[in-house]
Amino acid sequence: MMELIDTNAAKIAAEFVAARTRAGSPAMGMVMTLVIVVDEEHAPDAMAAARQASHEHPARVLGVILGDGRGAPQINAQVGTGDGWTGETALIRLKGEVVKHCESVVLPLLLPDSPVAAWWPCDAPDNPAEDPLGRLAQRRITDAASVHRGKGRAIHDQCSAYSPGNSDLAWTRITPWRALLAAALDQQPLKVTGGSVTAERISPSAELLVAWLSDRLKVSFGRKSSQGPGITEVRLDTKEGPIVISRPDGRLATFSSPDRPDRPVALKRRQLPELLAEELRRLDEDDVYAATARRLVKLHRV
Amino acid sequence: MNDTTSTVPGWVNPLRDPRDRRLPRIAGPCGMVLFGVTGDLSRKKVMPAIYDLANRGLLPPGFSLTGFARRDWANEDFAQVVHNAVKEHARTEFREEVWKQLAEGFRFVPGHFDDDTAFNTLRRTIEELDEVRGTRGNHAFYLAIPPGFFGAVVGQLKEHGLAQPADGSWRRVVVEKPFGHDEVSARELNETLAEVFPSGSIFRIDHYLGKETVQNILAMRFANEMFEPIWNSNYVDHVQITMAEDIGIGGRAGYYDGIGAARDVIQNHLMQLMSLVAMEEPTSFDAESLRIEKLKLLSAVQLPRRLDLTTARGQYAAGWQGGEKVVGFLEEEGVRKTSTTETYAAITLHVDNRRWAGVPFYLRTGKRLGRRVTEVAVVFKPAPHLPFTRAATEELTHNALVIRIQPDEGLTLRFGSKVPGTQMEIRDVNMDFAYGGSFTESSAEAYERLILDVLLGDPPLFPRHAEVERSWQILDPILDFWARKGRPEPYESGAWGPASADAMLARDGRVWRRP
Repeated sequence: MMELIDTNAAKIAAEFVAARTRAGSPAMGMVMTLVIVVDEEHAPDAMAAARQASHEHPARVLGVILGDGRGAPQINAQVGTGDGWTGETALIRLKGEVVKHCESVVLPLLLPDSPVAAWWPCDAPDNPAEDPLGRLAQRRITDAASVHRGKGRAIHDQCSAYSPGNSDLAWTRITPWRALLAAALDQQPLKVTGGSVTAERISPSAELLVAWLSDRLKVSFGRKSSQGPGITEVRLDTKEGPIVISRPDGRLATFSSPDRPDRPVALKRRQLPELLAEELRRLDEDDVYAATARRLVKLHRV
Repeated sequence: MNDTTSTVPGWVNPLRDPRDRRLPRIAGPCGMVLFGVTGDLSRKKVMPAIYDLANRGLLPPGFSLTGFARRDWANEDFAQVVHNAVKEHARTEFREEVWKQLAEGFRFVPGHFDDDTAFNTLRRTIEELDEVRGTRGNHAFYLAIPPGFFGAVVGQLKEHGLAQPADGSWRRVVVEKPFGHDEVSARELNETLAEVFPSGSIFRIDHYLGKETVQNILAMRFANEMFEPIWNSNYVDHVQITMAEDIGIGGRAGYYDGIGAARDVIQNHLMQLMSLVAMEEPTSFDAESLRIEKLKLLSAVQLPRRLDLTTARGQYAAGWQGGEKVVGFLEEEGVRKTSTTETYAAITLHVDNRRWAGVPFYLRTGKRLGRRVTEVAVVFKPAPHLPFTRAATEELTHNALVIRIQPDEGLTLRFGSKVPGTQMEIRDVNMDFAYGGSFTESSAEAYERLILDVLLGDPPLFPRHAEVERSWQILDPILDFWARKGRPEPYESGAWGPASADAMLARDGRVWRRP
């Protein structure tokens, strides 16, 4: 890890090349650039998650910490390769006027001719697609469950501001639930007449699950509160009886369906690196999320 | 899944959307019966793959695994065996909740393959699983046993009504290579299976050639524009397909002696690789279209006239392999001292079609070679004119595109480059692309893909019997020729095979790549 004080984009780029040559492998096998916009406090966790995700997606990871925007501009950076990373990494700290022009630092550091993803591990801009850094990316990942202020509204705001390429980790979190629910109807092609989602009082994932189910099944779904963790039960009502997946402990769920024995099924809440890796697997627009976001906005308008 | 959808025609699951690529396909309710639970294959591959599938959330709730073997075990003992196998060999992290999902579904049936009572117990066990685990009569039988027992087992399955699915459910069978030891036995084996199971329910696995690898090759060849124009005899000089192992036969003398390298590897693995690399573009990527193209390619394969000049075989002698002292093949325990089984085989094949006329395909495989590697090297012709002095291009050989299968799956491109600083000197350089450590960190291993295909009822990319029989037709004359003539030449362990193999290429003015 090399500390660069009072630096600029060109010096950071030169250090990338130098570090690669020092490591004995000047070739680049990286497939994308991941820009992480984060504060000082959450930077270590976010970079650690990116490191794990980098095993599946070798990337140039640029952590950008936007500091106080007042005073003389200063750019400091820690640049490195290796150390459990399959790509390259730079943690860039901006202070002063340059904070308002952070894209001028990031743009020259993007890998040529390959996709860019931006990730806000906690607070995200109201409209990520219009954000100066968000504009550089074709994938913009927010996390409504991790914002500091206005948690109750965060997913609603993100859905209202939806643009092609946006995605939220609250959506990523429910992939296993959605897979299991889809498989339940694969196994028993029953007509769903209604149902409910039970979760912690504030749960962006639960709101998205309700929106997805009502969008796909064209019936209304209730939203019930529980102590958590996360989503604890999803119920689909059918004429033959309910299909219920209940997961009281956040790990092992029970799967019940009409005329079938109850069965245990592992449904563990996933950690940040897994979520990020899933999110980076596809960088085109997520049409199903788009439809779900539209539905969520509609449901809340009524 | 197939069963239920077929009972409600026109039903489309509203929660599925082709655009929703995050959602994996999860197998419908089902169970698997594993024959030969104590073997290496079961413990190192099949059991861990089942756990890994469950860990990825791809197994249905209620999935059940029944073991069948000649052991005096209770269900708990079998569960313990699986537990140990999973702990030791699974590729994904061990998680208690995943184990709990699987744990209630383990059953064990003790018995011999000729024991009617045991197969009756097996039937009752399966019926009980349908009742308490909701497997709905869907069961796959995995024959992880020597091919000699296939007949007995499938016969028993048929006799005890285990092979015939009730309406709306399925029964499938999985067998491993080798698929016979020549064309006749391959046909017999196929008839044995086909008598009991329809061809769509028979899954043959060539575990060397995972679906992932096949798909990588297809993507490389057919998703790109830049390779296709040079993929023919105008530009390609020859193709080398290598599968080398650093290990000897280990404890498998009983299996290997009399089988040999050509039957063990060339007939299935290398010929499959060859057909994937050389075939024409299929009309689509479904299993059927692929099969048509592969079979067409194999049908165009011709043997050279002089087999004595175009093939080579060897047996490893004692020596040092990778820093360890090792014994020769004939000193291995259980091998007949007079054995003429080859542990190294190299053959030359021609493809009589417009694309490949005049381009030899060299296939080689061996045990106790320099290192473990599988690769396909497409070696190109030299440039028609070199505007350099002879001295400048002395170190330049042929351009080559190498498809690395294992280890470290990827592509290598070899081409000439100027040596920096010199006046004009051109030397070979390599450009590497690796899937490994990059995309593939969490991608499914060959066995996972296969087992999932079986449970989903997806037609696998593995060969059907027509391909298997055609491969034997190609190989049989060589095996006959070898059987009539002499003994395999001894070669030193830890090196790259017998001198006759080098001479075989030298006759054509070529050399083997050192992989």
